[in-house]
Amino acid sequence: MKNNNDIVIIDYQLGNLFSVKHACVKVGLNPIITSDKKDILKASILILPGVGAFGDAMENLKRLDLVSPLKDKVKMGIPLFGICLGLQLLFEESEEHGTNKGLGLIPGTVKKIPFSIENRKIKVPNTGWNTIYNKNVSEWNNSPLNSLDQNSYMYFVHSYYAKPANANDILTLTNYDGLEYCSSIKKDNICAFQFHPEKSGKNGLEIYNNIKIAFQ
Amino acid sequence: MKTIRIIPRLDIKGPNLVKGIHLEGLRVLGKPEDFARYYYENGADELFYQDVVASLYERNSLNSLISNTAKEIFIPLTVGGGIRTIADINSVLRAGADKVCINTAAIKNPNFIKEASRSFGSSTIVIAIEAIKQPDGCYLAYTDNGREHTGIEVADWAKKAEELGAGEIVITSVDRDGTGLGFDMQLIQLISEIVSIPLIIHGGASDESNIATAIKEGKADGVALASILHYNFIQNNITSLIGKEEGNTDFLKSGKQFSRITPTTIKTIKEFLNKNTISIRL
Repeated sequence: MKNNNDIVIIDYQLGNLFSVKHACVKVGLNPIITSDKKDILKASILILPGVGAFGDAMENLKRLDLVSPLKDKVKMGIPLFGICLGLQLLFEESEEHGTNKGLGLIPGTVKKIPFSIENRKIKVPNTGWNTIYNKNVSEWNNSPLNSLDQNSYMYFVHSYYAKPANANDILTLTNYDGLEYCSSIKKDNICAFQFHPEKSGKNGLEIYNNIKIAFQ
Repeated sequence: MKTIRIIPRLDIKGPNLVKGIHLEGLRVLGKPEDFARYYYENGADELFYQDVVASLYERNSLNSLISNTAKEIFIPLTVGGGIRTIADINSVLRAGADKVCINTAAIKNPNFIKEASRSFGSSTIVIAIEAIKQPDGCYLAYTDNGREHTGIEVADWAKKAEELGAGEIVITSVDRDGTGLGFDMQLIQLISEIVSIPLIIHGGASDESNIATAIKEGKADGVALASILHYNFIQNNITSLIGKEEGNTDFLKSGKQFSRITPTTIKTIKEFLNKNTISIRL
């Protein structure tokens, strides 16, 4: 087991970090929550959580001088897990409140969920439980989802969704009322979820547990 | 797909879970932690805590309850009551809530919705509308748990809240709250026709069939339930609840029930909805 202090939840002063921490603690991880780049540079696992607005989040990351440390760690091969906005921030840009540049670690953009599909109105934000799936079983089995069944329910709350440029980066898909979109990604040492594992009951806790097992 | 959410609503006063009728006459039902844990383990899709006296006394005292809940309950938690500033939202979110529910402060200053949704994302900001039907048939929004008249028409307010950036609306029929008379379908349809953000309906649920009808005909995205679930929990846990409570516990001790409400469980409700072709997380 890695030194517990090496598991870092990045605090960029937005949203609900404590539920991420509680979920970690529940499965036996003991992460620290920090905005300090020194802690981030020491980390052996990084978690980028997030609830909030894309532009504000990027502003805060820049103001706290966390952008380069984060990118450097990813280049070094340190595992990075993104959650919700933490997934979206990995992309090149988002159309939330104008166009905002992201971290650019995953090729692709972040789009608004349309208000209608084929002239049928859909509700935005997407708030609620939905299933995740991937026809490629080996990708699934080689991720923190490995112990879960296909079509497991996860909890989502978002108005924007990521559109990876490379289909290979898609780990799971979800169909929200007719819109099929990428609900999690995996690329090298980066893995991120649009849903909230820490809010997805026992299924979600299993993801945290699988992360723990993978790095023990 | 889109699944409908079943959301136990826990009205909190001090250390107690309470439930009233028309948001008034609050009876102590037990410790919120006991109910929350039970609902989490039995299929709740979210939890909703409402500090029912916070706005009245201009205080905000739920944080320790929120953080204790967040340590053991891994489903979304919405918290309402007495949230007036960006700092209030921050503090509730940092305690472990996922969404905040705002009524009074948003009506006093609608721009607060805009500011809050810009800072925390629309999906974090839930607007509660407490509606009372007027003698002329129109519905007006009230604040402070149905106590204060605002003169604002609910459909206009719902639309405005959405435009200002609210991510969800909880519509409470104060007239039906705690009565078991069934959802006010006219009110629900009035709002669901006008908004394109998720709509949670609350107030009056009487049984499974009433819930199914309200979801289908009212096009609701979620249902907030209190009495119908709480009374079932109490029936099954009465001995462990008595003796631990402070406040008005006469109801609890009397063993009385509500004639109009058929207490039930989340599981029973979900099975019923599933049979009636409503998508839910089983």
